[in-house]
Amino acid sequence: MTEVITAPAPRSTGVAVARMRDLALLPGIAVIMIVGAFSNKAFLTHGNLIDVLDNFAWISMLVLAEAVILISGKLDLSLESTVALAPAVAVWLTLPKSGRGIALLPAAWAIPITLAVGLVIGVVNALLIVRFQLSSFIVTLGMLITLRGIETGISGGQTFFGFSSSMLYLGATQWFGLPVGVWLSVVAFAIGIFVLSLTRPGRSLYAIGGNLNAARAAGIRVERILWLVFIIGSLLAAVGGLLYAGKYASIGADSGKGYIFTVFAATVLGGVSLNGGKGTLFGAFCGILLLYLVQNILTLAGVSGYWQDALNGAIILTVLIIARVTTGEAQA
Amino acid sequence: MSIGSEAVTASGVNPPAVTAVHVTKRFGATVALDDVDLTVQPGEVHALVGRNGAGKSTLVSILTGLQTPDTGELAFGGRPAPAPADREAWRRVVACVYQHLTIIPTLTVAENLFLNRQTESSGVIHWPQIRRRAADLLDSWQLDVDVRRMAGELTVEQRQMIEIARALSLGARFIILDEPTARLDASGVTRLLNRIRVLQQQGVTFLFISHHLQEIFDLCDSVTVFRDAKHVLTAPVADIAHGELVDAMTGEHVAKGEDPRRPAPRDTAPMLTVSGLVTTPSVAKLSFEVAAGEVVGLAGGGGSGKFAVAECIVGLRRPVAGQIAVAGARLHPGSVTAALRAGVGFVPEDRHEQGMVADLSIGENVTMTVWDRLTRFRVCLSPRRRAVRAQQMIDRLGIVAPGPEIEASALSGGNQQKVVMGRAIISTPRMLVLMSPTAGVDVRSKTALMEQAVHAAEGDAGVLVVTDDLDDLRYCHRVLVLFRGELRAQISGTWDDATVVAEMEGVDLGNDRPGTAPTDGTGRDDD
Repeated sequence: MTEVITAPAPRSTGVAVARMRDLALLPGIAVIMIVGAFSNKAFLTHGNLIDVLDNFAWISMLVLAEAVILISGKLDLSLESTVALAPAVAVWLTLPKSGRGIALLPAAWAIPITLAVGLVIGVVNALLIVRFQLSSFIVTLGMLITLRGIETGISGGQTFFGFSSSMLYLGATQWFGLPVGVWLSVVAFAIGIFVLSLTRPGRSLYAIGGNLNAARAAGIRVERILWLVFIIGSLLAAVGGLLYAGKYASIGADSGKGYIFTVFAATVLGGVSLNGGKGTLFGAFCGILLLYLVQNILTLAGVSGYWQDALNGAIILTVLIIARVTTGEAQA
Repeated sequence: MSIGSEAVTASGVNPPAVTAVHVTKRFGATVALDDVDLTVQPGEVHALVGRNGAGKSTLVSILTGLQTPDTGELAFGGRPAPAPADREAWRRVVACVYQHLTIIPTLTVAENLFLNRQTESSGVIHWPQIRRRAADLLDSWQLDVDVRRMAGELTVEQRQMIEIARALSLGARFIILDEPTARLDASGVTRLLNRIRVLQQQGVTFLFISHHLQEIFDLCDSVTVFRDAKHVLTAPVADIAHGELVDAMTGEHVAKGEDPRRPAPRDTAPMLTVSGLVTTPSVAKLSFEVAAGEVVGLAGGGGSGKFAVAECIVGLRRPVAGQIAVAGARLHPGSVTAALRAGVGFVPEDRHEQGMVADLSIGENVTMTVWDRLTRFRVCLSPRRRAVRAQQMIDRLGIVAPGPEIEASALSGGNQQKVVMGRAIISTPRMLVLMSPTAGVDVRSKTALMEQAVHAAEGDAGVLVVTDDLDDLRYCHRVLVLFRGELRAQISGTWDDATVVAEMEGVDLGNDRPGTAPTDGTGRDDD
């Protein structure tokens, strides 16, 4: 077909826009901070900000995982069920009958079991998606339902509580004045940013998401990388589950339920493309931070809890529209 | 980048850049390559030509290690070809710039150039160094592209050059260009050919595949012709005349039998009037008519823009300028609904994408354009009426299927194409537009399909056949040849295939060929 060559685009603007997209949410966060500071005296207090970060720590792990998976051109809906199932299996195996467990293993095993469950889920996802070439949407949708169902099955629909100290540690301890989860989140994102921007395996995620065949032609071991991506994603979700379990000191059939949509929204807000190959972890981090700050301001302002979902949705749509208008990039 | 030392003339003592000996490749019952040879001397630009299905793409896959030949030997620079699994080794000896580019649009030029080798081993990537190396690399080949740009923002031409530069930086000194000019405009082609010449002087060897023979005469040192999976000839370009090359590509045609055309209609009113049509901003205005009862061919190679013209007529594409009228009534531009309502029936270019819904039955597919005529009280669809109409089309077109309820995806390619044709003619259109109506179809189905076009014309419809298939063009009273978007020639009466091919490829055979009436001012402006 005739394809007409267009005149070369202006040189540096394209580069500048690409850079800007990564930092696009920073002004937004600044504005939110200022608005928050003026709207409510409690907002800028140490206690409140710690609270925001504490709430945000567990879900930021999912955002990190989803961003990595989306950049590779796939997606994973099952993360939110992994958050519940991984720690649930651990407490089920370690808790005595009184805490609805079966006391098969000593309490010290709780954290290793949680991570192992995450690992297994990642392997199953990868097996179906990478090895058997099934659609990641359908596979992880099936996993989302199945894993949630297993959680309900082993717990009998009840909530696990009365955790051992090791399960509570990550979610309920502070190091140097910050919750451990916040440290974990920051360190995980820092490592992620480093790997994705400065190492070959990290860059190969962008290559795979951008043009899988070209990546393969360049000698990138596409399958191996994608296996790793799904396994790491589920492991991160399991860590998120530990943070969740520790923070709320319980795990139930509703833990994390429905949060996958917040995860997607934050990730896309942060500039990660649903089509793969585009976006940064820093952007995704800013995306979830922005959402939680806005939510906090609304809570402080006394907005009824019944209206929060509607406002959350409206915020996501507004930011997406702003991003579309300012960067001029279609996201279809 | 010093590679000049290796550069020698085509007649030098160095071993050939490539030798392929007795290469055969079969896909099931199809022989894609039948005992072919190819020798490319170091430092030359070697053309590989042949019509569709001649085996060019199979040879490219074999030469780049993506497929292994059933029999035969390959060697690069005197050394045997790398093991099939050793992609790294293949990339160091040969690179191919395909029509679909293997560049990652979301990454920068610099990163694309050093993809998967950003660091020596598994260390930390030093971006400023990568950018500097990328800039140096592009500088050394005199390419002026900002390495920080996203590859997706580059023009096709720039991306091709990036791919070539990447191949060269991997150490490959043999580069296959698979129809590199198909998506370029005239000035882009000139620039690309100049770049190839410069690289050739620096010792790079090229295998150049193109449908535009003029480019081969302008650029290449020698040429190899494939036809029907066989090697036909290899000769220095200087020793071969345009006509000989065209004859080698088309071959002696099998006995054609009688002329399948009905007598041309006389003085009938125009059914289709195209005036001042501009499909894409850079092409010239195009005007032509198709009379009632006339079968007109619209021919041209890749990049000729013939499908764009057809898509404008049927409303799949919105023209930049110009008017299209069917039976005197002007069509609303860019609306398929309007075109269908005006009595246009069409077979789209890509049957899988636009021609049919694979998961629906033959009956549903074939009656898709006339669903409103199959309803009771204009509301509910009558499956019985649909089955009757569909069965009529199955019989008329000779579709081999147990019944109209079979899913279209279960049919063979030829029968699927008949379903698409059925969809076009079931509404008894006044203007039938057929885009590559017989693509990928066996000879007997071809005849059956084209007979339908003739049949429609007998019923006083206008028929426009948009194709580069010479067999289809035999059914046409007139053939309009497009070349790079411009009407290059009108051929009528009786003609030989070589004339049509020469016009489609943009070569000049001289004016002694019968039937040709070159339109003025449309010849290619060679530099």
